[in-house]
Amino acid sequence: MKYHTQRIAMAYFVTAMALFAVQVTMGLIMGWIYVSPNFLSELLPFNIARMLHSNSLIVWLLLGFFGSAYYMIPEEAEREIYSPKLAYLQLGILILGTAGVVVTYLFDLFQGNWLLGKQGREFLEQPTWVKIGITVAALIFLYNVTMTVLQGRKTAISNVLLLGLWALALLWLFAFYNPSNLVLDKQYWWWVVHLWVEGVWELIMASILAFLMLKLTGVDREVVEKWLYVIVATALFSGILGTGHHYYWIGLPAYWQWIGSIFSSFEIVPFFAMMSFAFVMVWKGRRDHPNKAALLWSLGCSVLAFFGGGVWGFLHTLHGVNYYTHGTQITAAHGHLAFYGAYVCLILAIITYAMPIMRNRDPYNQVLNMASFWLMSGGMLFMTFVLTFAGTIQTHLQRVEGNYYMDVQDALPLFYWMRFGAGVAVVLGAVLFIWSVMVPRREVVTAGPVQSHKDGHIEAAE
Amino acid sequence: MSDIMTKSMARNVFYGGSLFFIAIFGVLNVHSHLYAANTAIDKAGLNESVAAGKHIWEKHACVNCHTILGEGAYFAPEVGNVMVRWGVQDDPAAATEALKSWMDAMPTGIEGRRQMPQFNLSDEEYQDLANFLIWTSKINTQGWPPNEAG
Ligand code: HEC
Ligand code: HEM
Ligand code: HEM
Ligand SMILES: [Fe+2]
Repeated sequence: MKYHTQRIAMAYFVTAMALFAVQVTMGLIMGWIYVSPNFLSELLPFNIARMLHSNSLIVWLLLGFFGSAYYMIPEEAEREIYSPKLAYLQLGILILGTAGVVVTYLFDLFQGNWLLGKQGREFLEQPTWVKIGITVAALIFLYNVTMTVLQGRKTAISNVLLLGLWALALLWLFAFYNPSNLVLDKQYWWWVVHLWVEGVWELIMASILAFLMLKLTGVDREVVEKWLYVIVATALFSGILGTGHHYYWIGLPAYWQWIGSIFSSFEIVPFFAMMSFAFVMVWKGRRDHPNKAALLWSLGCSVLAFFGGGVWGFLHTLHGVNYYTHGTQITAAHGHLAFYGAYVCLILAIITYAMPIMRNRDPYNQVLNMASFWLMSGGMLFMTFVLTFAGTIQTHLQRVEGNYYMDVQDALPLFYWMRFGAGVAVVLGAVLFIWSVMVPRREVVTAGPVQSHKDGHIEAAE
Repeated sequence: MSDIMTKSMARNVFYGGSLFFIAIFGVLNVHSHLYAANTAIDKAGLNESVAAGKHIWEKHACVNCHTILGEGAYFAPEVGNVMVRWGVQDDPAAATEALKSWMDAMPTGIEGRRQMPQFNLSDEEYQDLANFLIWTSKINTQGWPPNEAG
């Protein structure tokens, strides 16, 4: 660690991992409700558990992005973070908001109150005061990192990262717009949801991956940064108009069926490019970094994002297909692998890379961390497969044959049992990950912090 | 790709192209906004009762069990067309009655069947909610869902 303000990232990462644990536990509870529907039906109804599951996911990913920025920006800008105090204030606001959300959902406080009560649009259920808190925290963050970058070295990585984070905050403002016309509500709801995960978050993803590749493979910055611009260009060129794949059946004009189908089909390109980028960098790299686990997560991220976002996204994105699969378990299958591959693996990769450095812990603990990768990723893949089967059967029985929803669900318990099993593996993997990052101090592999280059010379790891 | 373009070329293509696509997206959304506000919906029917019904739908977070126009959670039936499924789309009084008797009977408590909570709504709330669901079922959704099952 070259700059001591990079350590701010640690507080963000630890909070993120705590919420990660909450998130997957809630997932497991929902998975259990699916196979045993009377479970907790009065105390913790399915919808409350689902809000906690999806909201904690989003908050911990955001914390991961902020933490990554605090870790990366000093090295990129070659100076300390402008104000560590503001960074911790920002974290405090986010933690307070999160606690507020949990209490509000669990006890249904201030029901129906615009400022204090939950809001009840999917993913944007946070009470207005929390939404305002998130906005304030984001502004503090942007001010802090922008000041740092303005005073320091400007690189393509920090440039794209900041662009992504500014756009993230800007799009977030649409979360405040909730007209009584359901069609308009949905139209702009997707500006937050789709333009986040298939637009500006991809900028953040590409720049974090670029940073990791730079560190782990030692490839030339010039090469990495050119790739970076090409990747983010393909992301926005396809992703912006690709929003149309959500505009097919919600009351918007029919032309979106063509625009959405055509442009969203190209959304596979940036994910393919990120995967190629990661592998080409490793192949070209001159450096043999000792943190193999970070490399595994980085490569795993690019591959699983390609499958979850790219392949599973394409599976149901053409309007002729989506007409039948819209809002079935197929969507759930895709949502899980895409979020996991692209964003969960990404944050776990940078945590795996940065935590040992911040904790002054060498040699790195790798074996357990790598085991957690395979356990968690295996679980998510299996979950995706079984939900895809469930979704296919559901689509046929309900959308083609016209059988009633509840009767169709009676045909699917086998798959929901297997999803629960997969969920157990994911939760165990998550616990193992957190343990391997936080607890062990020593490790069996050869001592660090060195890295041997392929030409044989040895230098300190960074 | 090292020879095909330089870094600054890649950067300029990124900025220029993105602005181009943002502009197209903006224009299409202006048109879509007007279409959504005027053409796609029963504009005269979008009254205070429907708005209140939407608010009830939101404050109880129904969307985290149900889908509405195919979006939401996959745990319970689609409600965008429930009034069509029940055959009460053209009769607000019957719709209110049907919704009330359904929701009053919840939770069923049947072992092994998914449960919908009891929300203790007032008669007026049932009416608003029913109006909202009727209004929703009249949105021009380009022919979705494929059948009444939703
Ligand atoms: C905890 C999950 C949950 C929540 C929250 C929930 N529902 Fe339901 N809902 C269900 C389930 C499960 C069924 C099917 C029950 C059955 O068939 O036994 C259902 C059925 C229905 C039906 C009948 C659908 C049909 O096709 O016959 C309507 C209408 C409905 N819900 C409306 C609502 C409204 C309005 C709200 C919010 C105030 C709501 N639900 C909240 C789970 C939920
Ligand atoms: C990593 C990036 C991505 C993430 C995190 C992601 C996540 C999601 C999620 C969570 C949903 C469900 C939204 C809801 O609740 O209604 C969804 C829906 C959808 N996604 Fe993605 N997605 C990604 C990339 C893609 C790509 C690249 C495509 C297309 C090629 C795609 C196509 C779709 C489609 C068509 C739907 C609508 C499904 C339906 O009609 O029910 N996604 N996505
Ligand atoms: C890191 C891992 C996970 C991620 C990224 C994740 C992400 C998500 C997302 C984005 C949704 C909303 C889906 C949509 O609208 O399409 C969701 C819903 C859900 N998740 Fe997860 N999840 C994870 C782990 C789990 C686990 C371990 C389980 C346990 C079985 C689980 C069970 C569920 C269930 C049951 C739903 C509700 C689906 C529905 O509406 O029917 N999730 N999750
Ligand atoms: Fe999308």
